[in-house]
Amino acid sequence: MRIAIASGKGGTGKTTLSVNLALKLAESKSTALIDLDVEEPNGSIFLKGKLINSLDAQRMVPVWEQKKCNLCGKCPAHCLYNAVIRLGDYILVMPELCHSCHACSELCPADALPMQASPLGTINHFQENKLDFLESRLNIGLEMASPLINQALAYTDKHFATHEYQILDSPPGTSCSMIAAVQTADYSILVTEPTPFGLYDLTLAVETLRHLSQPFGVVVNRWGIGNNEVIKYLEKENIPLIAKIDHQREIASFYSQGKILYRDFPTVNTALEAIISHLEALK
Amino acid sequence: MKIAFTSTGDGWDAKVDPRFGRTDYFLIYDDATEAFTLVDNTEIRSVEHGAGPKSAEKIFELAPDVLITGNGPGGNAASILTKMKMKIYVGAGGMSIREAYNAFKNNELQKGV
Repeated sequence: MRIAIASGKGGTGKTTLSVNLALKLAESKSTALIDLDVEEPNGSIFLKGKLINSLDAQRMVPVWEQKKCNLCGKCPAHCLYNAVIRLGDYILVMPELCHSCHACSELCPADALPMQASPLGTINHFQENKLDFLESRLNIGLEMASPLINQALAYTDKHFATHEYQILDSPPGTSCSMIAAVQTADYSILVTEPTPFGLYDLTLAVETLRHLSQPFGVVVNRWGIGNNEVIKYLEKENIPLIAKIDHQREIASFYSQGKILYRDFPTVNTALEAIISHLEALK
Repeated sequence: MKIAFTSTGDGWDAKVDPRFGRTDYFLIYDDATEAFTLVDNTEIRSVEHGAGPKSAEKIFELAPDVLITGNGPGGNAASILTKMKMKIYVGAGGMSIREAYNAFKNNELQKGV
């Protein structure tokens, strides 16, 4: 069963929940944790496993060969992302905008835009006790998160297919990278906080998952701050409230030291138990 | 000399659009003939990605001597515009075309890119 841990708002506790949930699940079930927050993969702060596989991820981008080009104009006309621009007798390729669709390269009658591999990031597979932990990390300065997420998911399909649980720590927000992560999941858990900001971004994430026809429930983290509006919203929208985790200063202190929470904080452990029985009931 | 403004419309009283990539119009003023030429760029509204490079492609074809805009082109557009001889001035967003032209003439606009 593949579970995406997602949120509209950043900083609500996706990684905290993902890491603790995965470790607790791994006590009794085969489990993999996949950190897909490729721009800021933080899972490895909490998990110190043994590195068992490391891959360099690449993506394909076109490179213009001026000598072959006959300036027919097909490439800029067909690039949906305006990553290929014609300036007089010069073709400019902007790799930051390229989505590696190969259209310009395939349509070029002069073979002047061959695709070349370009570094994208790294995918590292760690094992900590019984937990498989996959970290995908985008190279600094790059913007194309989705291709790397898709490669990490392909690795997951290949190596963790028989695991009872695959936990996806998804990127924040509701843009392409979040969708790339959650759309492959069987179920999503949205983590939010009971504040106006948390509620606003939660509604965006709810709309996104409904648009994708994805089943989901909500975990409210830092319960005790803010107000009651998130709970009212969940009741009104008939969205399952799976668990609440109390706001405690000591939790933040543990977190800031990279420590695991559920063995020391009953509110976290109780929430994890509620989440696991919720997930088991979905089977 | 041909001076291009990112613009919300035609003539001296139109406003400088602070955006480069998503400007609705390029307004070209030729100070030799004292005539305006309005170039429609509203098709950019339907462009989801790469509006900056697309507008840069257009300004490349128009080939003015000077571009006056607001916030200045972003990174992708800037990488194209630096390949041109055109001089770029920024910080004119919200000014009328007349105010921006006078500010340019008085060397009050900041150089961009």
